[in-house]
Amino acid sequence: MAVSDLDRLILLLAKLPGLGPRSARRAALQLIKRREALLEPLAAALAAAAQNVRVCSICGNLDTIDPCGICADPRRDRALLCVVEDVADVWALERSGAYRGLYHVLGGTLSALDGRGPEELRIAPLIARAGAGGIAEVILATSATVEGQTTAHYIADRLAGLAPSVTRLAHGVPVGGELDYLDDGTLSTALKARRAVR
Amino acid sequence: MQWSDDAIVLTVRSHGEHGAIASLLTREHGRHAGLLRDGRAKATRGTMQTGNRVAAQWSARLGEHLGTWRCELLRAHAADILGDPLALAALGALAAVAEATLPERERHAPLFATTAALIEAFAAPGWPAAYVQWELALLAELGYGLDLARCALTGTVDDLAFVSPRTGRAVSTAAAEPWRDRLIALPRFLAAGGSAAPTPSDIAAGLALTGHFVERHLLVPQGRRLPAARDRFVDEVRRLASLSAGMTDAP
Repeated sequence: MAVSDLDRLILLLAKLPGLGPRSARRAALQLIKRREALLEPLAAALAAAAQNVRVCSICGNLDTIDPCGICADPRRDRALLCVVEDVADVWALERSGAYRGLYHVLGGTLSALDGRGPEELRIAPLIARAGAGGIAEVILATSATVEGQTTAHYIADRLAGLAPSVTRLAHGVPVGGELDYLDDGTLSTALKARRAVR
Repeated sequence: MQWSDDAIVLTVRSHGEHGAIASLLTREHGRHAGLLRDGRAKATRGTMQTGNRVAAQWSARLGEHLGTWRCELLRAHAADILGDPLALAALGALAAVAEATLPERERHAPLFATTAALIEAFAAPGWPAAYVQWELALLAELGYGLDLARCALTGTVDDLAFVSPRTGRAVSTAAAEPWRDRLIALPRFLAAGGSAAPTPSDIAAGLALTGHFVERHLLVPQGRRLPAARDRFVDEVRRLASLSAGMTDAP
């Protein structure tokens, strides 16, 4: 049976995270109703993204230029390198505005279950970057999970002798967090990572 | 049908947008899988870290269905060892080996107790020997226990230094002489009356011994080999062994 263009649009929208068949139908209807204001600009933006967005050959970030805007920015601190699992983590750190160094996107974590070993991640390019010199500190910003920290320790071993300092993000009480509502694991890591007030 | 049990989280695999398939080692129901409907929610991810102890409730319309889990955190063991690379590697190895070797839905209560004790011990020093003992317990539980109590050839209980790679029985130094190069070394801490404080080299030898039999008896018949996570743990132990050997050799 032939599928109409509208059905195809709904089918594709339903594959996006957060959308099911019903919400995809609603989104498609909105797009059609607001053809000039939404549908056509969105189609043009999608086509431009498909055409121009690429993976940065240095850090693995996504951008329309290679090297990406962050790697090419001369104002960034080139002695700092933050290792993250995914491009979404780069966006999260950039949103915070708290970090002005460079990034390295691994593309995931080591996972025995999913058969993801060191060869499947961008660890070799990271070692090469650190080995090239000029980096004073590598910040391992992997998730506070068993897989994330296993990956961090693995990378820290491989970076021995290549980077003067290898650090990881702190684990503990989130801003606005009340102890009463925290899970045991967070409390335990927060206690271990306590530091002197004065 | 529905049951509740004490459980240890082995693996959690994403399923769909919000869910996950969790494999737990339960006390009374063995290794058991089930769907976690909110498996990728922030709160659930903290609970369902490998090695965590949970109070698990499994329910399904029929026993043969995948079923769904509801889990409540009892003890966040994973958080205790996030900063310890060796313990993390061992936890990953334990979960991967258990996942690959234990049959699903088969009760192994003694192994559950051994596993729980080992995970509890990760936060304290001296646990690597317990990991080797855990793999020996796994082999014994699945019917492939090694006989390390006396020499297979002479019956002596003294000076046991090797194990036959075929039978899994210990051999004394004197009796092993003609086949020495074909036998697997038996570290002293695993032999009857062995030393209580093994070195990293002893642990590496113990892992080589148990690894051979886990692979031969439990994995090769399934067309598999030892999991990469276990290889990484062995690499970590070997690195420690070479470091400690270097320190011993130093003037």
